[in-house]
Formats: sequence, C-alpha cells, structure tokens
Amino acid sequence: MEFLGYFGGVFEPVAFMLLLGGTIGGLILGATPGLSPTMAVALLIPFTFQLEPTQGLILLGAAYTSTVAGGAVSAILLKIPGAPANIATALDGHEMARNGQGAKALHMSFMASGVGGVLGVLLLIFLTPVLAKWALAFGPSHLFWMAILGVTVIGSLDSKSFVKGLLSGCLGLWLSMIGYDDIQGAQRFIFHDALTGGINIIAALIGIFAIPQVIEMFAKGRVPSSISSLTVEKQSLMASLRETFMYKRALAIGTVCGAIIGLIPGVGGQIAGLLAYDQSRKFSPDRDKFGTGHPEGVIAAESANNAMVGPSLVPLLTLSIPGSPTAAVLLGGLLIHGIFPGTDLFDNHPQVAWTFINSMLIGQILMVVFGIWIAGWAARIAKVPTPIMAGAVLVLSLFGSYSIQQSMGDVYIMLVLGLGMFFLEKFGFSAAPLVLGLILGPIAEANFIQGSMIANAGDGAAAYFLTGTLNLMLIAMVLASMAYSFWATMIHEPRRAASSAAQTKTEAAE
Amino acid sequence: MSTSTRRLQHLVPASLVLALAATVTWLSFTREPADAFLFPRLIAVVMLLLAGWNFARAVLGLARVGTGLSAGLLIRLMPGTLVMLVYVFLAAKWLGFYVASWIAFAAIYALYDPAPHSSGAAWARRIFIPAGFMVMIYLLFNTLLKVQTPRGIFF
Repeated sequence: MEFLGYFGGVFEPVAFMLLLGGTIGGLILGATPGLSPTMAVALLIPFTFQLEPTQGLILLGAAYTSTVAGGAVSAILLKIPGAPANIATALDGHEMARNGQGAKALHMSFMASGVGGVLGVLLLIFLTPVLAKWALAFGPSHLFWMAILGVTVIGSLDSKSFVKGLLSGCLGLWLSMIGYDDIQGAQRFIFHDALTGGINIIAALIGIFAIPQVIEMFAKGRVPSSISSLTVEKQSLMASLRETFMYKRALAIGTVCGAIIGLIPGVGGQIAGLLAYDQSRKFSPDRDKFGTGHPEGVIAAESANNAMVGPSLVPLLTLSIPGSPTAAVLLGGLLIHGIFPGTDLFDNHPQVAWTFINSMLIGQILMVVFGIWIAGWAARIAKVPTPIMAGAVLVLSLFGSYSIQQSMGDVYIMLVLGLGMFFLEKFGFSAAPLVLGLILGPIAEANFIQGSMIANAGDGAAAYFLTGTLNLMLIAMVLASMAYSFWATMIHEPRRAASSAAQTKTEAAE
Repeated sequence: MSTSTRRLQHLVPASLVLALAATVTWLSFTREPADAFLFPRLIAVVMLLLAGWNFARAVLGLARVGTGLSAGLLIRLMPGTLVMLVYVFLAAKWLGFYVASWIAFAAIYALYDPAPHSSGAAWARRIFIPAGFMVMIYLLFNTLLKVQTPRGIFF
C-alpha cells in the first residue's frame, strides 16, 4: 500500500493543472481522427523538458489515457475511430447515435472507459512492485534477452509480415547504434554531421509517428470533407450511469480482456477492443442486437481499451519492455529525464513512480467527468479540415524536434526518418518494432557487452547467454513469438494471394 | 495496380533494405576497433539474413503486404511533400522558423483546401488561420518554453 503515501504529489497545483490539461487536451486530440495516441504523446514530450520528471510523466500519462478514451467521440458521432483502439466502439456506438442515442452512447463509453481504466491502473499498482522485485533476479544475459524479446514480440505480433516485422526491429536496433560507442568512444555509422550525436529518440519518435500521418493527409488530396456529425440530444446522466452498470457482464468481459491484452507486450488496444466486443457478443443473450446499436458493444469495447492502458505499463515500469508503441514513447520520456525503469525506479525514485501511477488513477476519473462534458464540442473539433491538421502537425513536429537540443540536425533526422517510414509502411514495414528496436537497442547492447565481459571471465559466451532456466525461458519466448507470427503469416498468405489475384482480375476487367 | 507493377514496386524497398543491410554488415566487420562493433555485427548478420529473405520474396512475387504506391497517390502527396522538404531543409533556417512555418502552413492549406482558389474568403482563411496558429506556437515555444529558434532573414 506504499502508493497511498504519494497521492499528495498529484494534487500539487502545477501537477494537477498538468493532469487536467493533459486530460482535456488528450480527449480533444483523441477525438481527432488521424492523430493517434502515440503521436500525441510523442509530440508532447518536448513540452516536458522544462518540467520536473514527475510533472512531465503526469502530463504524458494523462494524454495517453484520455486520447484512447477520446477516440470514442469520433467513433460514435462520426463513425471514424479516433484511434485504432476505438474501432470496435464505432460498430454499435455510431448505430446508437443514428438511433437518437448519441449522448447515451457517449456517457456509457466514458463511464465504461473509467471503470476499465481504474481497474487497469489498480492492476498496475499491485502487480508492478511484485514484478519489479522479481526483476532483481535478472542479470545482463536476461536483460539482453528481455530487450530482444521486446523487439521480436512487437516485430512478430504487430506486423502483418513476419519477415518485415523482424526486419523493422533490426532497422531500429541498427539506428540505435549510430553515433559514438559508449565504451570505446568509436564512431559508428556516422554518414552525416547530423548523426554525430546519434539518433535522438524523441526526434525519431516525432518523425516516425507524425510525418507519415501528415503525408497520409496530403494523400487524401483536395477533397471536400464528407464527415457529417450526428447531433447529440439531451440525456440524463444518472439514467446513463444506471444503465451502464446494468451491463455488468459486458463491463467485466471488457475489463478482463483489456487487462490481459495489456500485459502482453505488442498486442494493442485495437485487439483488446475487438476481442472484448466479440466475447461480449458470444456471452450475451442479446447477441443478435450487436451491430444495431446495442449498448453492450460500446461498454465492452471501451472498458477493454482503457483497461489495457494500465497493464501495458507493467512490463515497461518493471523490465523496461514497453507493452505498446505508446508505452515505448513513454519510455523515451522517462529516459530523457534520466529515469530508468525497473527496481531503480521504485527504489530510487518512488516519488516519481508512485505519483505518476496515482495520477493515472485520478486521471481516469477526470477523464470521465471532462469526457462527458466536452464530448459534444470535441466532435466539432474532430471535423477540423485535413489541410489545417496537416499544417499544424508539421509545424509542431518541426518546433518539437528542434526544441529537444536546439539542433537542426534533430529536425533533419526527424524528417528523413518520417519520410522513410511513410514509404516503408506502404510496403508492409512497421513503425512499432522499429521504434522498439531504437529504444531497446542501447539496453540490449549495454547488457550484451556486460554479459560478454562476465562470460570471458567464466565459461564463455555460449554458456553464459544460452544456459540457465531464465535464459532458456526467455529464448523460448522469443522463438515462440516468432513461430506464432510465422504460422499466422502462412495462414494469411493464401488469402492475401487470392485477394491480390482477384484485385488484378477486376482491374483488368475495368 | 497490375501484379507485375506490384512486384516491381516491392522490389524497390526490398533492394534498398538489402543494400543497407549489406553496407551495415560490411562496415561492422571492417571498421576498427573491433570491440566497438561486436553488437553491431550480431545485429547486422541477422538484418542481412532477413533482408535477403525479404528480397527473395519480392523477386518471387511473394511480397504482398502493404498497399504500395499508385501514381494517383504520388501525384496527390507530391506538392505537400515538396513544400515540407523546402520548409525543413531550406526555408526554416533561411527565413526564420516562424515566418517559414507560417508560409509552409498557408501553402499546405492552399494546396489541399477544396474551396475554390478564386474565393477571397477562402484566401483570408488560408492566411489568417495559419497566422493565428503561429501566434500560439510563438507564445508556447518562445514565451513559455524559452526555445531560441533560428531567426533567419526575417523573424
């Protein structure tokens, strides 16, 4: 119950204002189609440089939590999920809005998000210290394998192509090695002056997540906006509250699915929402009503995608392995403040760790209150024309990446990586494993070198890295994630070939 | 997009990634001090193997993940991308961050705004919305965060 002693930090004036600002800003950004939670958090990192580490993390945590929930607004009112995590919400949420129950759907989605989110953060609170103590048993070889596991799991599970997912992870690992080597001081892969200091993680994150979305907005061309928002009628809040808790089964299924999915590195909110929606439909006596505007669908999906947020931080805060791309960005935010996850975080910076976690708990409640309050006009902001959005994100990316070290080199790196990522994504490469490789590369290398030194003084590298129960377990998990992805690729391959052939036939006929 | 075009398109990134992996491997094994390149060698070899596999799949026409790039898409994104490149690589430093950003924002808005170019009201929007946004950015970065940006020939 150590966390109870750190609630005071959340209510300090600056911290609370940041929590409030992060929550409201996150809700608006989340409601805006095209602005993903990962990109929102990446763009916010430069604003945390001047803040205390705790304050910076409170801002980022609030934005992470509320962007996921805010995505429900556009999913319900515009049928455009604000983030991939809200895809399942749109299925019944928009139908409810079309049936004149838009306000009810919004109330229910935020209440369900709040319930799922609070339980998810409680899981984070109770699981993290236990796992952090367990992480003490980890030596350099285990940490090396953990870092490799982080890259392979996301490379395997987050990508539609086994080989391209892993290759993206390798590209990220290579990018992390550019610059001066920490031990020997040797120059590595410095092809341009801008690379002398290595690739700045924050500039890279902004480029990789923001620039491809800007170019995607360009790719839409000069088309008039066809987004039409449904109007929101008045609805009693108490009636919505009562009705939300009538669907206890959907809430429970959503929360459990979200929490489990969150704990597995690499499996994001999109899967959590869709899985919870599917399971809720299977167990519901009204399964035929799903897809026609049934509240259970909204409740299951929204409780799941917010229940995922807290547990997705468990592997990050204990083992430095981010559970999702947004968690990877948060890791970048921690590292720039000189804070390393794991036992160090809870032993040496308990104030930072617990205040951050507690702020996420309070943030869930604020998110429900402000979400319901601003949902109506957040939908109007969501209709901001695409060219304005593209211009604003581009300008923010330039200022954000420059402000890190006041260096044009970071700006060039941001743009080059962003352009490269856009083209790579068009050919099936993934941003998430690349970012994980970039962030986990230094951790993997430091532990590999340290392990090699220990191995040289002992029985050799093979014995040190490839034997021992924990090493073997981690290697088995690396191989299992790769084998699963390979198997999944083999299953989807014939389908993809068939659809590709059908598309070619159609084009030929036209 | 025909099958042969798609295959050809997949070959381009596959070749580039293979060339990059080969370069990284060659540099890792030839540069000194060798100890500094121990970890890069490990990663480079894995990357080369995966890049080789990816290239073989592209040659055999088995690489199907990803939508590829159609001519229409390239035409649509080209003007905005050009503005972005000129803005970041030339204008930001030469004109100064704030002026260059305002011009780039307004140019992107004008290029992709569906409103007719003959409309005076549309042009007013295209000029004043980016200007308003830049005032916010100035207050945020210059006044609040005290970030000293390149001033260039203007501001």
